[in-house]
Amino acid sequence: MEKFEILRSGAVPLPIENVDTDQIIPARFLKATSREGFGENLFRDWRYTADGQPRPDFVLNNARYSGQILLAGKNFGCGSSREHAAWALYDAGFRVVISSYFADIFRGNALNNGLLPLQVSEEVLQRLLAEVEREPGTGFIVDLAAQQLYVPVWEQSIGFDIDPYKKECLLNGYDDIDFLVNQKEAIAAYEKQRVWAY
Amino acid sequence: MPKTLVDKIWDAHVVSSIAGGQDVFYIDRHLIHEVTSPQAFDELEARGLPLFRREQIVATADHNVPTRNQHLPIEEPLSRSQVDKLTENCRKYGVELYGLGHQRQGIVHVIGPELGLTQPGMSIVCGDSHTSTHGAFGAIAFGIGTSQVAQVMASQCLLLSRPRRMRITVDGQLRPGVTAKDLILYIIAQLGTGGATGYFVEYAGEAVRSLTMEGRMTVCNMSIEMGARGGLIAPDETTFAYLQGRPHAPQGARWEQAVAYWQTLYSDADATFDAEIRYDAADIRPMITYGTNPGMGIALSAPIPLTAAEGEETGFGKALQYMGFQPGESLLGKQISHVFIGSCTNSRIEDLRAVAAYVRGKQKAPHVEAIIVPGSKAVEQQARAEGIDQVLAAAGFELREPGCSACLAMNEDKIPAGAYCVSTSNRNFEGRQGPGARTLLASPLVAAITAVEGRLVDVAAVLETASATQPEAALAASA
Ligand code: SF4
Repeated sequence: MEKFEILRSGAVPLPIENVDTDQIIPARFLKATSREGFGENLFRDWRYTADGQPRPDFVLNNARYSGQILLAGKNFGCGSSREHAAWALYDAGFRVVISSYFADIFRGNALNNGLLPLQVSEEVLQRLLAEVEREPGTGFIVDLAAQQLYVPVWEQSIGFDIDPYKKECLLNGYDDIDFLVNQKEAIAAYEKQRVWAY
Repeated sequence: MPKTLVDKIWDAHVVSSIAGGQDVFYIDRHLIHEVTSPQAFDELEARGLPLFRREQIVATADHNVPTRNQHLPIEEPLSRSQVDKLTENCRKYGVELYGLGHQRQGIVHVIGPELGLTQPGMSIVCGDSHTSTHGAFGAIAFGIGTSQVAQVMASQCLLLSRPRRMRITVDGQLRPGVTAKDLILYIIAQLGTGGATGYFVEYAGEAVRSLTMEGRMTVCNMSIEMGARGGLIAPDETTFAYLQGRPHAPQGARWEQAVAYWQTLYSDADATFDAEIRYDAADIRPMITYGTNPGMGIALSAPIPLTAAEGEETGFGKALQYMGFQPGESLLGKQISHVFIGSCTNSRIEDLRAVAAYVRGKQKAPHVEAIIVPGSKAVEQQARAEGIDQVLAAAGFELREPGCSACLAMNEDKIPAGAYCVSTSNRNFEGRQGPGARTLLASPLVAAITAVEGRLVDVAAVLETASATQPEAALAASA
């Protein structure tokens, strides 16, 4: 996993609620057996017509917006557990998704892949969306160590929460697997004395 | 201290707690399938890690498989390579595989219980969000991402924070014609797609206790659709009776010990939940969804709401536009061209029996394409043994071979763009059943009636007429 420290970037607005993983990456594109290349089909059916032409009204096809931050409506990433959704966003160049709520499994998947799910209040989200829509070039600074989202045009910084363990992992580019594999002795000891062994 | 069921099971699986509130949480059973496991096996390979406890992993091929001619090689090259990859990985790592062609193959959440792999008190994970299905047995079961699949493969554990607990109690008895599917669609419509986010939901109350194991699985299956991490039901005699004698269930003296332990798995009388919700079963009618998330559900006989539920404003208009419906409109009388009976929500023998009982001696409407995809080979064989295949064929329904099929349309079973499909699956997201497909979620009974009528009709009225002319069928349909 890549380290995440400070990100300076513009944002792409997607003010839709309950964006589910079937929209992020439709099931028919899940047939690859590696992690790469999913970015091409990110938001496939919103982004392209059935014959593969870009839909001009979809935000990823709008040259006015660019950046590594996706500004998304409430309950982002609901639905399936497919980690392909996080891979597709990452592969397409996103490093942060800002929303007022993330579905549980998506949140975990994102964190395990160096994609930061940054949760703000609904009110802040709406203000951010309005700002970006008014001025598409608006830049932001995400400082993970300080847990601050800095909005230069407002001259204001917004704090955000993150699990301290997950924060360490992101900052250092570690993942759970390293940690868990080091627990093997404790795990084996647990297996010997558990309440009921299946 | 009094404990909830979730806490009892959770505590029994904590290896250790680390700073920041996370637990190293032990996994008893890990189910894998072809779509979310290949990258996890690669991860192990890349890090040079062995499988830590291979006998606790069971694999099946389900998401991507064709539902016709399963004895032939898969035609679509990408699907074939994914299924081959699973077979290869299972062989290489020594994982038990119920692959294509195996007599017990099927959808992962259907075969787990059938084989007795799913037991009360267990912790069960799978790289699939509907793993919550297994909670019907009183297990902590939930979906995970592929990175976590790799973690469990490498350590049999996950790092997790303890979930909050919610109890949903449904008092009283369901009305005739109202099924487990209607019960859960009703709950999700009440709570909304985010209503149980972060919670493990325990379902309780007379209406839930009266459900068969199949019905309980239908309910727990859809917990994820309201954002819950999982759902579960305390095990009881119904659970034990279902499990006894299944291939992986404990035998002999082990069985007695297991049952003695399982009988301790319930929420203590004075345990406190972070949220408590109560419904009355008598308020529930046969349900249907009209929009593009499972929370957009109504009683089939009720009109579509005029306005969105609070907090769903942006989605409401977009969803209705996608579905081609108007606010305030009734769905009764709408022509339906496709009916899909299948998925891990409703593809068990009981579901097929309910459909057969209703369609016996009837014909599907000529313009309807009605397919039934059993959840497993065992269900398919049972249906044949009971003559259900004959009943369905005579009524013009096509009984396929098992798999996920049109639930997520990864294989060739897709609903055409713009077509309306009454589906017994669990998600009505845009394009879920194929690009542009319009999905209406409902129970197998509603699906069967719709296939026969060719349009949406009021179930209560149909059942009344049916009971006048054909009492046994109506009775079976309301069972
Ligand atoms: S039937 Fe549908 S919901 Fe169930 S596991 Fe398969 S794809 Fe997922």
